[in-house]
Amino acid sequence: MSAQLATFATIFFSMILVNNYVLVQFLGICPFLGVSKKLDSSVGMGMAVIVVMVIATAVTFPLQIFLLDANNLGYMQTIIFILVIAVLVQLIEITLKRYIPALYSSLGVYLPLITTNCCVLGVTILAVQDYSGLVESSGFGLAYAEALVCAAGAGVGFLVAMLLFCGVRQRVENANPPESFKGLPITLVSAAITSLSFMGFGGLVENIISAIM
Amino acid sequence: MAEKQSKWKIFTAGIIRENPVLRLVLGCCSALAVTTTVSGALGMGLSMTFVLVCSNIVISALRKVIPGKVHLPCYIVIIATFVTVVEMILHAYLPDLYKSLGVFLALIVVNCIILGRAEMFACKNTVIDSTLDGLGMGVGYILTMVLMSSIREIIGNGSWMGIQLIPDSIDRMNVMNQAPGGFFVFGCLMALCVWIEKKTNHPIERKTCGDVMLEEIEQSKQDETAEGGAQA
Repeated sequence: MSAQLATFATIFFSMILVNNYVLVQFLGICPFLGVSKKLDSSVGMGMAVIVVMVIATAVTFPLQIFLLDANNLGYMQTIIFILVIAVLVQLIEITLKRYIPALYSSLGVYLPLITTNCCVLGVTILAVQDYSGLVESSGFGLAYAEALVCAAGAGVGFLVAMLLFCGVRQRVENANPPESFKGLPITLVSAAITSLSFMGFGGLVENIISAIM
Repeated sequence: MAEKQSKWKIFTAGIIRENPVLRLVLGCCSALAVTTTVSGALGMGLSMTFVLVCSNIVISALRKVIPGKVHLPCYIVIIATFVTVVEMILHAYLPDLYKSLGVFLALIVVNCIILGRAEMFACKNTVIDSTLDGLGMGVGYILTMVLMSSIREIIGNGSWMGIQLIPDSIDRMNVMNQAPGGFFVFGCLMALCVWIEKKTNHPIERKTCGDVMLEEIEQSKQDETAEGGAQA
């Protein structure tokens, strides 16, 4: 049991620190560059991304295993996944509006913006790529759980990157870069430095988790 | 003659004046991710151009048929179809390239260049104009990708298209091939672009899709507070 927990923790924290979706894998750069200007918007966006990523993976992963792979329809993956995500986001929006209006008022704005966001489609495809092989060796339940942990970690990683970069940006705004670098270029260069700092976490997570557990 | 010139203008717009990556700031994800090698960037650029041209043609041909309310799902289905075609072709004939592009090939579906051009151009213009626009944007995208990947491959790996340029005795800057190098090269190229614009007196305001998102968020927040105020 403890070994399983350690695996989950390793997956979760490596998705945040080592394989961070925004800073290391370049998924979801658009909201990262635009929305991180405002702290409250970054938090809302990050929360909405976590919710949508986990629910989308929860739906697409079994769909891939039991519908596409079982019927040899693997080539339909892209088209099915993007449609499922588009429908899901609409469903989440309607459900929240009807049953949890308090949550809707804080996340509702962000949901339609996430539909065509590459990090959501990215996480569903990558989860299938990385964990569908596990289905044969250790059963569907475990593979499914690991895929969900991976999706949650990816979402939290997105939130962490947004929050960190929001802080970095406020500092950059007070700085005085060369004329040509003002605006977007200096933002990209500071993103490079933030991303450089995340490279320091490589290999760290496994060691820490194995030391604790 | 005037007719011809305007068609030529539509084609060339995407290459410099409305360069999708450096001036319109669309599709940054793929521009950052697959530019580690020139061959990967070229493959991505060609795949993207194919999808862009095909989806522009279909969307502009169907622009009077697609109902406004569901235009986005319709576009996504059309684009996803062509992306699937590209995926199958690359998987069958160029498996190495298919592997190196990985998830970013499927992510062409949600690439803002294609959706952006569908919304900005193809849904309002004729089939021929949209084809030219797609081609021009594609060429602009390929050129930018090749430029970026050349810088990254030469500095990071000492080679260009797999041909070794820098002798082994000189150390490579591996960081250029990794994530930080992507952001850094992109930022520097954009700064160069801004500098040239200033020199030639054509400054523009760059607006990423993220900025548009933020504006939408702010707008709906303002609407909410206005509504709340009216109710109180």
